[in-house]
Order: sequence, then structure tokens, then C-alpha cells
Amino acid sequence: MIFKSLDAETMLKNPEKISEMDRREFLKIGLVITGVFAGGSILSVASAADKIFPNGSIAEKYPYRPHYCMVIRVDRCIGCRRCVEGCAAANAVPSYGWRTLVLEKVVLQAVGQKREFIPVLCNQCNNPPCVRACPVTATYKDKKTGIVMMDNQKCIGCKICMAACPYEARYYNEERGAVDKCDFCFETSLSRGGKSTACQAACPADVRVFGDLSDPQSRVYRLVHQLQQPVWVLKKDTDAKPNIFYTKG
Amino acid sequence: MTMGCPENSSWKGCVQDAVRRVFSGGPVYLFFLGLFAVLLVAGIAAGIHSVYIVGSRHAYGSTREIPLAMLIATYTFFVITSTGLCLVSSIGHIFGVERFMPIAKRAVLLSVITIMSGFLVIGLELENPLRLGIYLFLSPNFTSNIWWMGVLYSFEVVLLILEFIFILLDNHKASVAAGLLGILFGIAAISNLGGVFAMLNGREFWYGPYLPIFFIASALLMGCAAVIFFTVLAYRIQREPLESPMADALAAVGKLAGLMLAVIMFFTIWRMVALAVGGTHELLVRDALVSGPFAFNFWVMEAGLGMILPFALVLWSAGKRIGPLFLASALVIFSSFFMRLDMVVAGQIVPMYWELGVREYARLHEYSPTGHEILVVLAGVGLTGAAFLLGEKVFQGFREVEGAGSGSGGTPEDVAQEPRSASKGKVDV
Repeated sequence: MIFKSLDAETMLKNPEKISEMDRREFLKIGLVITGVFAGGSILSVASAADKIFPNGSIAEKYPYRPHYCMVIRVDRCIGCRRCVEGCAAANAVPSYGWRTLVLEKVVLQAVGQKREFIPVLCNQCNNPPCVRACPVTATYKDKKTGIVMMDNQKCIGCKICMAACPYEARYYNEERGAVDKCDFCFETSLSRGGKSTACQAACPADVRVFGDLSDPQSRVYRLVHQLQQPVWVLKKDTDAKPNIFYTKG
Repeated sequence: MTMGCPENSSWKGCVQDAVRRVFSGGPVYLFFLGLFAVLLVAGIAAGIHSVYIVGSRHAYGSTREIPLAMLIATYTFFVITSTGLCLVSSIGHIFGVERFMPIAKRAVLLSVITIMSGFLVIGLELENPLRLGIYLFLSPNFTSNIWWMGVLYSFEVVLLILEFIFILLDNHKASVAAGLLGILFGIAAISNLGGVFAMLNGREFWYGPYLPIFFIASALLMGCAAVIFFTVLAYRIQREPLESPMADALAAVGKLAGLMLAVIMFFTIWRMVALAVGGTHELLVRDALVSGPFAFNFWVMEAGLGMILPFALVLWSAGKRIGPLFLASALVIFSSFFMRLDMVVAGQIVPMYWELGVREYARLHEYSPTGHEILVVLAGVGLTGAAFLLGEKVFQGFREVEGAGSGSGGTPEDVAQEPRSASKGKVDV
């Protein structure tokens, strides 16, 4: 099969102008390598976002301004867990809870490197099961940023959001009297003019890249839309449309 | 005259009479009433201590990984029973099937009692129940099953109370209207309760249309079992034999219970068969149920004591012997608690990150109930038990409806086995 040559540079500059034919060709390429990787579903290398968000213009795909997301480059993670500590310190996360975690996978049969570290956190889903399940809208999708927020004063502590979350990203915080979760440091940083999250700032290996997916010039946009490395998400089958992407490189 | 209260007597006189009847119930009656009252108080104290003093994280066994545990299972146990009682009572009271008529009043009262017991348990499980009362109205989420659950059960409990009051006032039309609405809200509530679990698409064991349908079938079985169990006990309390219309009614309810047991068994068989060809999570849950940590609960408590033995007892009773029906009902009620617990907990034992193969989530999650949780469960049992015992004395065993007092003597079993040609053949169950 001969694919029509694709001009990635043009596409990245004018993502709205991608023709339907180009999209189909991208999808064909994607199908060649689609599979399960590290527990997550690999997305088409060229259209990772297309797989997660509906096809359409960039404004339709990324309805928030800014559309915050995080790209995690797992092969860079050394498992130092400074991100976990930084998050806990910045957001007053108690010892019995976590907003982000670094999971460790050991494959003794592997050739060469036998350990892999996988950071996890709230995926700030575009179709968040926790938000649908909450009876009193104590957790909600922020209309401007797309961050899944908590209104602590409303939380009744039924914990259905904890059961609904496909990422186990929520816990009940006694001190707050409400369920707590990652808010991309909105409360402690973004709302005060900050541009990064505590976990990103603490990472010595630049594993976590945080930014605006609706900005074609941003690092996260380029990482999600590049061709060279596979991009995947966790729990794609739940159709939660997560905003945490995983890649290598 | 309404039950236990002559029309020309004052409310004060009625209350005094009711209190006198309670205290003249005899030592066994008073012992159990006191026991249930102690369980109720101890359970409420344990719940308040857990949530408001030491914190549920320290007192309850639920965790981040298994946030819904024994108290949620107990809540579903009570509200499923309540809806079942409402449905079974409606067969005679609302839909006019004569053989089911005698059970209606007690079943409606028990429906109110069990739903209140469910509310009590969930009230002691929620971290901030007062906020629910405020934000259920001020900040509703119409896509949330729990929001609908709160609304539907609130309506149902009001309708059940109204139905019972109208029954006491002998206002048949109003009680039928309230009862009919109660059924509609009850079925909506119980299937929606299934939806609370079934719409969590990250939880493969729960996800899908199975639970909302299963809960309705399960409610009918629980309703039958509760009617038989509590009615037989009520006649023991009143120290009266089961007279013919009531014995007939229980026999008919027993047949319906047999049918529902068969339905539940087929539900369970196909559920397990379907799990065997499901995804990784479903296979892990099936293994946990069949040969893992839930095997004793599943095979002994659920399948053995909750389905096979009760079904055998119902068959043995041949629709006549109340003794085996009573035992079958007690087993169904007892075992269904474990059925609810297994359903709730097993749905959460597979870690969300299982597929990643990481060290942190290499084992299935475990759950063990704490003493505090068990005490809160017993608070619900205590409320149901105490309210049932009080109800039997306050409303004098619902005599006017049932025609009790005409006592033909003998044991319930004897009476039940006598020919009852007057009502036979009128009901197909």
C-alpha cells in the first residue's frame, strides 16, 4: 500500500486545514501500530488527539481556553518521586492520601532496563465519570480551563466519585471535609498567575510537560501531535476522554 | 374504628393504650424489644463516633480503593427489602388479588420501617449528611444516579407513609392512589439504585443493564421473604394461631417466593457464565467469587443458604406448610445480606491499574468490616426489629383487616394445612 506523503509541518501549523483524506491516511498509519502498550491504548501516532477528542476544528476538539493537559514521558522517569513530594507539599496532601503517584513496573525478563516508572494522576477527563456521578455537583468541570474541580463546601462524602473514577485519583480528605483530587495546582498556582504544576516543577528529568493543548505552539500540543513516538492514554475504553497523555522521548 | 384506637377515644387514650399493650407483651417480647433498642442506640453511637469524632478513615473498613463497603451494602439490603415489601403488598391491596389482601397492612408498615432503617445506615455512612439535605435541592445534578436515588426514595417514603395512614383511616381510594404512586416510585428507585453501580463504566463487574433488572427481581424475593418471616413472628407475638385467610396469603406469597428464587438462581447462573467470557476484570472477580476470598460467601451464604436450601424448603412446603416457608424466608433474608455485600465489594477488588502490571497494584484489594461498621449495621437491624415489635402492639397485629381473634386454635402449621376452599383457586402465582 502506498500512502500519500504527508506534510507534518504544514499540518501542525494549520491543524484546522487537514483534509478528510489526510485524516484517513493518518488513521491508516495509526491502525498499523495500534495495540496495547503498558496497559494503555496506543493512539494513532499522528492523531492521538483525534482518538480521544471528536474530529473537528481545533476549537471543537479543545473546547477550553486554555485547555490544560499533561504529557508524561515515561522513559525519562527515574522514580525519584520528587513530584509526589512536591505535590504533597504544595497542596497540603496528607500522608494517607495522594494526588499523584509514581507506579513501578518490574519486568525481570526484560533485556536491559528492567524497571519502568509510570506517573499517574487525575486525568481531568473531558467526559468525567466522577462529575456525572456526583449528586450535588460538588465536583465539576471548570468551564474555562477544563480542570475537574472540587467545591469542598458541597461535598456530602458519599464517595461515589471515588468509585466512579477510572484512575483511582480521588480520596477523602479529613482535613478538608471533602473528597480531594489533583486540580493541576489551580488553587495554589494557576489561579495566582503560575504557569506550572508542583509536580512538573519538582521533576528533575522533565518527565511531566504541562500546558495548553489548544495552543499549537505549546510543547504539549507538539508532543501529542508528533509522528515519531507513540502516544497513549490509560483506560481509553471508559470513554472518559482523558487529558493526560503518555509518550516516550 | 381504626386499629387499636376506638373512634370515640382521644389520642392521649390511644397512646396510653398502646403503651400498656407494649408493656404487657410478656418477658420474651420485652427482652427482644430491649435488645433491638440497645442495638439501635449502640449502632447510632458507633456511627456518630466514627464519622464525627475519630473519623471514618479510622473507624470504618472502607478505603480509597474500596470506598463503597458494608454500610452501602446494608443500605441496599434495606431499601431493596422495602421496595419488595411495597411490591408484594400491592398485589392484593392495589391490584385486587384477593389471596394477597391480608398481608397488605403489615407489609406497608414494614416497607416504611425498612426504608427508614436504610436511611439510618446511609446517614451514618455519609461524611456530611447535612449537606445532602441542602445541596440535593440547591445544587442538583440530574445526571447522577445518587441524586435520583435521593429524590425517588424521598417520594417513596412519603407515599408509603401516606398509604399507611390512609389504610389506618380506612380510606381505600386514597390508600390505593398513594400505593400506586409508591409502586411507580419504588420500581424507579430500585432500578435506579442498580444504576448507581451499573453506570460506572470503569467498574466492569457492575457495568451494564444487569443490576437494575436484577435488583427488581431481588426486591420481589426479599418482599416475599420479609412478609412470611415477619407475619409468622407477628402471630407468635400475638400468641394467636395463623387463621385461614392469612395462612392462605402466606402460602400464595410462598409460591411467589419460589418463583422468584428460581428467577434469581437463573440470574446468578447466567451472570457467572457471562463473567467467564468477560474481560480481565470480570474473570478476576469471577475467580474471587468461585474459588477466591469470596468463595465461602458465594457458595455457602449466597448459593447454598440463599438459593438452593430455601428453594428446596419452598418445594417441601408444597404451598401448605408454613414452618418450612418461615425457615426459607429467614434464610433468604439472612443470606441476601451477604449477596449485597459481595456484590458491592467484589465490584471494587480489582485495582484500576491492574493492567499496568505495576508493583503497587499487583494484588486484589481486600476489605474487612470493622466493629464500628458492624455496629452500624446492627443499628439498622435494631430499628427494624424494634419498630416491628412496637408496630405489632401499637396496631394490635392489624386485627381488623385480618379478622384475627376468630381463632380456630392449634399451631400455625396445623391451621395452614387445613382445607381453605373459600379462597383456593383465586390466585395464580
